[in-house]
Amino acid sequence: MIDAVGTLKRGWHGLIAPIDFPLLLITLAIMAVGLATIHSATIGGNERMLAQAGNMGLALVIMWLVARLPPQKLMSFAIPLYIIGLLLLIAVFLFGTPVKGANRWLPLGFTRIQPSEIMKIAMPLMLAWYFHKYEATLRARHFLVAVLLLAVPFGLIAKQPDLGTALLVGGAGFFVIFFAGLPWKVIAGLIAVGAAAAPLLWGMLHGYQRKRILTLIDPTTDPLGAGYHIIQSTIAIGSGGPFGKGYLNGTQTHLEFIPEKHTDFIFAVYSEEWGLLGNGLLVFLYTLLIGRGMMIAAAAPTKFSRLLAGAITLGFFTYAFINMGMVSGILPVVGVPLPFMSYGGTALVTLFLGIGILMSIQSHRMLVKK
Amino acid sequence: MGDFHNPESDLDRFRFRLGIAALVVLLAFGTLVGRFVWLQVLQHDFYRTRAEDNRIALIPIVPNRGVITDRNGVVLARNYSAYTLEITPSLAGDLDATIDGLAELIDIQPKDRKRFKRLLDEAKNFESVPIRTRLTDAEVAIFAAQRYRFPGVEVRARLFRQYPLGPIGSHAIGYIGRITDRDLQWIEEADRQANYKGTDHIGKTGLEQHYEFELHGETGYEEVEIDAGGRALRSLKRIPPVSGNNLQLTLDSRLQEITERAFGDRKGALVAIDPATGGILALVSNPTYDPNLFVDGITPENWKELNEHPDKPMINRTINGAYPPGSTFKPFMALAALEMGKRTPQQAISDPGYFNFGNHTFRDDKKGGHGSVDMYRSIVHSCDTYYYILANDMGIDNIARFMGQLGFGQRTGVDLGRDDSGESRGVLPSQEWKRKRFKKPEQQKWYAGETISIGIGQGYNAYTPIQLAQATAAVANRGVMFRPHLVNQIIDAKTGEKRPVEPEPMRDLKLKPQNVDVIRRAMVGVNKEGTGARAFAGAPYEAAGKTGTAQVFSLKGADYKAHAIKKELRDHALFIAYAPADKPRIALAVLVENGGFGAQSAAPIARMVLDYYLLGKLPAGAAKEDVAAVEDDHEE
Repeated sequence: MIDAVGTLKRGWHGLIAPIDFPLLLITLAIMAVGLATIHSATIGGNERMLAQAGNMGLALVIMWLVARLPPQKLMSFAIPLYIIGLLLLIAVFLFGTPVKGANRWLPLGFTRIQPSEIMKIAMPLMLAWYFHKYEATLRARHFLVAVLLLAVPFGLIAKQPDLGTALLVGGAGFFVIFFAGLPWKVIAGLIAVGAAAAPLLWGMLHGYQRKRILTLIDPTTDPLGAGYHIIQSTIAIGSGGPFGKGYLNGTQTHLEFIPEKHTDFIFAVYSEEWGLLGNGLLVFLYTLLIGRGMMIAAAAPTKFSRLLAGAITLGFFTYAFINMGMVSGILPVVGVPLPFMSYGGTALVTLFLGIGILMSIQSHRMLVKK
Repeated sequence: MGDFHNPESDLDRFRFRLGIAALVVLLAFGTLVGRFVWLQVLQHDFYRTRAEDNRIALIPIVPNRGVITDRNGVVLARNYSAYTLEITPSLAGDLDATIDGLAELIDIQPKDRKRFKRLLDEAKNFESVPIRTRLTDAEVAIFAAQRYRFPGVEVRARLFRQYPLGPIGSHAIGYIGRITDRDLQWIEEADRQANYKGTDHIGKTGLEQHYEFELHGETGYEEVEIDAGGRALRSLKRIPPVSGNNLQLTLDSRLQEITERAFGDRKGALVAIDPATGGILALVSNPTYDPNLFVDGITPENWKELNEHPDKPMINRTINGAYPPGSTFKPFMALAALEMGKRTPQQAISDPGYFNFGNHTFRDDKKGGHGSVDMYRSIVHSCDTYYYILANDMGIDNIARFMGQLGFGQRTGVDLGRDDSGESRGVLPSQEWKRKRFKKPEQQKWYAGETISIGIGQGYNAYTPIQLAQATAAVANRGVMFRPHLVNQIIDAKTGEKRPVEPEPMRDLKLKPQNVDVIRRAMVGVNKEGTGARAFAGAPYEAAGKTGTAQVFSLKGADYKAHAIKKELRDHALFIAYAPADKPRIALAVLVENGGFGAQSAAPIARMVLDYYLLGKLPAGAAKEDVAAVEDDHEE
């Protein structure tokens, strides 16, 4: 009898051992805010909220499965995952079916998949593995190879065109390269070249992409078209005031002025109802999340786990910053969801893969040291 | 960069960089919070007022699409208003239950459900999607009484496109259909998204597509005050839409109808052009289809039937069918010879009935030959040997250069489809073409023997009927060429201002008048005493013409016996003509697929078209095949 309890206890400890509770609590808190906001955004409907809760359950299981894997195991996924992702991206380029003007989906008969999503994880994994492998012999040329590994998928995704995902994948890859020790001179050089090339890039943008940027400067030039989203979401945020209009009382939301209100623009819904206070809380939660991620990265024992943890953590930051920036009108509108808040199963699974990886790194830290 | 691999300094550097990253994060989030403070505290009053004013919804009002009329004002495409039953998915809840409920009140067929599913996949969540179109008044009344049971379902009045003449002229007019992703991309590239708010149909082919942005009009909008539940209380301001511009065509719908009837159930194409302007008078591709089928979204069954029909009614043969021109190529060859000084009209050959080149014998259709043949007789009797020798003397690149000037092997740029990429180029053979066309070096070389049959319009030659008509019109108009076009003028819906299309000639070939006259006399001779004489017997006007036959498959020297060969392998029949010969008002090219000799099936159609256009004479029925012409007509 006593032994049975002991076994159960040990079994339970085994189950929860890989979980990092600070990280879990922070994400659960953000997700709770997200569920409540989805409920409000879909005009009190429960359908989406319940579906999202289901997605969260699935994502948490995936997180737990990944967290149990030792980082060495994760490392062995780097090359196959990257190659699969790359091949699928090429397949999309060649045979993809355009949905709403963009070619992002690969039809598989019964379903369709969005290979760029795989790259959000595969990219930092691959680059972290690469720098880990050449840790002892790192030369400038390794940075060139890394940039190439990054540039090809980035180009393919940007070409789809899916600027939002391209930025996230590009960002994740860049963070690895940055943490691996890309010399400051090069970084400064890149910034200088980027600034110089801006007019050139401007010329390469599609007409509608240029319009989005121009609209950012003066949204009122196109009230029926591209400027509409920005105008309506800033009104929602601004009218929320310091304390918000109260839960379920957002007029902008409930009068259907906010487009994509349970997905990309969910922050406008939240902000209208909870005001500056709510925004502060949410930004604080994201800061905690990123802080915890950075702590895990700083304590990580191997080069691979350090780079990966650092890149994934900054990836969360990029998601959150780009989304809130675009909804509040300081960044152009690109399709980036708000992490752990926006409705959508695929994005959530990808995010929790990242959380699972962080937990794996954290929980296996001691084992490596021993 | 030498200090990459000291583990200690590596860890230190990593942590240092992590610190920098943390600073960037704090800075960025700080900026965001700053922005929030600006919006929510400092500008709060401003935005609160805006949100309160935001009880105003902008509802787009779709403009009337422009009307298409023929040259005489006969309406070819117009709009009518009808009620549709529409569901907004985001408001309706369980869609299947909603539709089942509606089906108890209103007739909803499985095909309606299927279309709804398809449209739903394409639509955004907050857009309403039609489940039924063209409701009767009774159905509208029944639904209105039960409306409260169906949130997110409403009856809307929408404009529908209608093509009153049905299948007549459909390859020219085209049709509209629901906007798909590909169309959205087009709209985005043209930067017209705002103007297409509320619009759900767009031109898919033909004139409807080419002139989409003329026909569409400017979307208006209504500012409506709404209550907290989102229901409209009253209209505050209305910016009316501006109707799309109307198109007046050069096409003559009666001529079009008569010509299509003349084809009967034969496959083929005809393009008739006013040589003085390039305006297209008739553009026939037979068989045709009913564009009205596409307006509501074509049913899969209808689509399958049209697409898989062996006669391929969806293909516009005038711009997408490329055929060898056969003997209709000869007048152009003769003109090239005169212009380049390779022949004089009087220069004659003695035709033995064949031409030997290397160890190959090129045969004439007439055994024993035509005897002494000058340029006039070479066209009137369609002597092959004359053109074998001529082609050999000129060389392939000289031929290609001259024929290219006449527009052969190039897109005409006719105003059909989104741009000219939908038009086939055909094949204007030249050394350069062959080099580009083939991969293997031994295939890339042009052999002098291949030039010989180019002279009689066979070999690699392949041109679209519209190219052939354009070249005929160019000769009829003495070398001054116009781009073939279907729209005469665009009539501004707002101001009534009329904008003519293409009043300027495309180019002047600077042909010598005496050379053009030689060709004209010979082509008149064709219809007086040559291969076209039977078809044009008793015509009260003088018509210049030329028959042609294009081989579908080669007979290797055996005699051609039409009845012994399966229909789809029979030769294509061609005819080109312009009339009146001295002052041409119409130039045309006819092609009848598998029609046998040009004189037999193509020339009678041309006669009918000219009779109607020049004399107003109505034909009795489909142009009869002139079987007797075959016996007479060994010269073809």
